[in-house]
Amino acid sequence: MTKWYRENAPITADRLAEELMRLKRGSVTRRHFLGVTGLGLATAVLARQPALFNSTAFAEDLGTQMSIATWPNYHDPATFEAFKAATGVAVEVNVFGSNEEMLAKLQAGGTGWDLFVPTNYTISTYAKLGLIDELDLSKLPNYDPSAENPRFANEGTIDGKTYAVPKNWGTTGIAVNSDKIKKPVTSWKDFFEVAMTEADGRAMVHDYQLTTIGNALVSLGYSFNSIKPDELAKAEEVLIKVKPHLYAINSDYQPAMRATDAWMTMCWTNDGAQLNRDMPEIQFVLGKDGGEIWSDFYAIPKSAANKPAGYALLNYLMTPENAVKEHIANGAPTTDSRVLKLLSAEVTSNKIVYPEEAALTPLEFGAAVTLTDPGRAELMARFKAA
Amino acid sequence: MRAAMNTKRNLVTAALIAPAAAWLFVFLVLPFIAMLVFAFGERAPEGGYQAAFTFAQFANLPARATAFWNTLLLAPAGALLCLVVAYPTAYYLAVKANPRYRLMLVSLVVVPFWTSLLVRTYAWMYILGSRGIPNLLALIGIEDVRLLNTPGAVLLGIVYGYLPLMIMPIYVSLEMLDRRLLEASADLGAKPVSTFFGVTLPLSLPGVMTGVALVTILLLGEYLIPQLLGGGKVFFIGNALVDLFLQSRNWPFGSAIAVTLVAVVVVVLMVAMRIAWKVAGTRQVDLV
Repeated sequence: MTKWYRENAPITADRLAEELMRLKRGSVTRRHFLGVTGLGLATAVLARQPALFNSTAFAEDLGTQMSIATWPNYHDPATFEAFKAATGVAVEVNVFGSNEEMLAKLQAGGTGWDLFVPTNYTISTYAKLGLIDELDLSKLPNYDPSAENPRFANEGTIDGKTYAVPKNWGTTGIAVNSDKIKKPVTSWKDFFEVAMTEADGRAMVHDYQLTTIGNALVSLGYSFNSIKPDELAKAEEVLIKVKPHLYAINSDYQPAMRATDAWMTMCWTNDGAQLNRDMPEIQFVLGKDGGEIWSDFYAIPKSAANKPAGYALLNYLMTPENAVKEHIANGAPTTDSRVLKLLSAEVTSNKIVYPEEAALTPLEFGAAVTLTDPGRAELMARFKAA
Repeated sequence: MRAAMNTKRNLVTAALIAPAAAWLFVFLVLPFIAMLVFAFGERAPEGGYQAAFTFAQFANLPARATAFWNTLLLAPAGALLCLVVAYPTAYYLAVKANPRYRLMLVSLVVVPFWTSLLVRTYAWMYILGSRGIPNLLALIGIEDVRLLNTPGAVLLGIVYGYLPLMIMPIYVSLEMLDRRLLEASADLGAKPVSTFFGVTLPLSLPGVMTGVALVTILLLGEYLIPQLLGGGKVFFIGNALVDLFLQSRNWPFGSAIAVTLVAVVVVVLMVAMRIAWKVAGTRQVDLV
C-alpha cells in the first residue's frame, strides 16, 4: 500500500479517492485480514506535503502529527488531506479488523492514537476500564447532540457523561447472489438452511464471535446477545453442523462475493451497499427473525498523545459539510439529521442504506457482555477447530 | 604474555557477542519471562491479565487440543512434502547444473523472498479462486472445480512458501560433497542409482535434517497460509493464539499455549539436531 501510494504521489484528492475505491474493489483491502495479521498497523500516512497555510482558528497548538484508529474504507481520504491543509496536522490512519483487537491494543498500552472508532457495545467497557475520558464538548462546537438520533447516540453517554459521539450506524444482514441462489433468503433460519443446501460450499460466516454466534442464536429464536449456556449449546450445534458446508470463516467477504467464489455471506450495511452498487445481482437483506443493528462512535483514548489534534479532527468530522463526504465514501447511514438533509435523494432512497423502519424492529444492538463473555469466546474456538 | 593475549581475545569475543546478546536479552529473554509470568496468571474480567499464581491455564490446555494436533500433523507433513519437491531441485542445482549458470539458478530460488510472503499468498488466492485455474479448466469443459479454501490449497501454499528454506541447506550440503567419493564409487563398480543411495544421499543428510527442522519449526507457528488459502476453516495453534490475544483477550491462556509451543519446538529441535549429528558423524567414519 505504501509503495502504491508513493508511485502515484503527486495526486489530486479526487484521484486519490478514486484510486482508493479501486484498490478496494480490486480486493486489496482486507477488513478482517488487516486486523488479524497486525498489518492494520502498517499505516498509510496521508497528507505528506507541508501545509499550504496554517489556520489561526485553533487557539491551541495542534502539533504536526496525529493518529486515528478506524475501520477499512471508512473515510474519504480527501477529508484528511483537507484537514491537513486547514490545520497543518498530518493524520496517520491505522486500520483495524475488530473491536476486540482495538480494545486489546488499548489495554496493552502505547497505541499513540488520538482518536478511534469503537462500536456501540464496547464503549461502556472502555469507560469502565478507564481507557477513555469524558469528552470536553466545549471543544466540539460543531457537534450538535439535538441533531443526533438518540437511538444511535445513547450508548456514547454513560451516567450523563458523553464519552463518545456517533459516526454512523448500520446493520448486519445477509448478502445473497440472486443469480446463483433461487430460494428466497429472508431470515437467519433460511441462511443456515440454504448454506447447507443450495449454497453448499458457497456460504461465508464472519470470523467474529458477536455476529456468527449471534446470528446462529437468532436462527433458533433466541436473543442475538444470549450468553445462556443452554442456548449457546444449541447455537453451537447449528454452527458445527453448517461448518463442513461453508466456503470460509472470514470477515473479509467482498473479494469472494465479487469473484462469485461465495454466493451468500453475513454482511455489514456498507459492504452490502458497495457490493450491490457494483453487482446488482447481489442483494442485501435483513433477517426478519432478527440480527444486529449497530452504531460506530468517535472517542478519544485517555492515553492520546495529541488530544488537541484529536479534538480538532473530531470537530472537523462533526461538521455536516465534511461528514456528508464521509457518508458518501463509506456508504453507511448517518445518525445526524443535519447530514441527512445534505445527502441526495439517490442516497437516502437506497433501501440497503436506509431500510424501512419495520425491517429494523427485530434487530438488536450488541450487548457489552458479549465482548468479555468467556463462554462465547470458547464456543468460537470450538467452532473454528471443529 | 599468553595470559594477556587470552584476556585480549576474551575481550574481543565479548565485544563481538555483546550486541547480539543485548538484543536477544531485551527482545527474547525478557518477553519470554513476561510470557511465563502471564501463563501462571488469570484473565481479568474485561480481558487482559491479572496477577495470580495458578496452574489453571495449563490445566485448560486440552481445550485447544485440536489446534495442537492439527499443527503437530501439519508441520512435519508439510516439511516432508517440501523435502520431496526440494531434493531433486537442490540435487540438480548442486550436481547437474552447468557451473556457469549455477549462481544465477540459485539466486532464482531466493528471488521470491524479495516479495512479502503475504503478497505471494494473496496471488495464490487469485490463481486458485474461481477466476483463476478453475476458469481455465471451465474453458475446456471441466466445470465447477474448487481449489481455494481446501486442504490441498493449504498444502500447496506451504510447499510454495517454504521451498527455498528447504532447498538451500540441501544444496549447500550437496555442493560440499567431495566428487572424488562419487568417482570412487563408480570405479568400484556401483551403478549411479546405488552411488546415489549409498554415497550422495547419506552425505547430504545433515542438509536434509537442517531443512526439515527449519521448515517444521516455522510451520509450528504458521498462521497466514491456512488462514488465507484454507478459508479459516482449519484451526492451527497460530490461529488459536491470535484469537486468544486479539479477540477474547485471554492473555494468560494464550501465554500458557505459547510457552507449551516453545517447549514443543525446543524438543523437536533437539531431537532433529541429535539425529542429524549422529547420521553425519557415523557416515563420515564409515567412508573415510
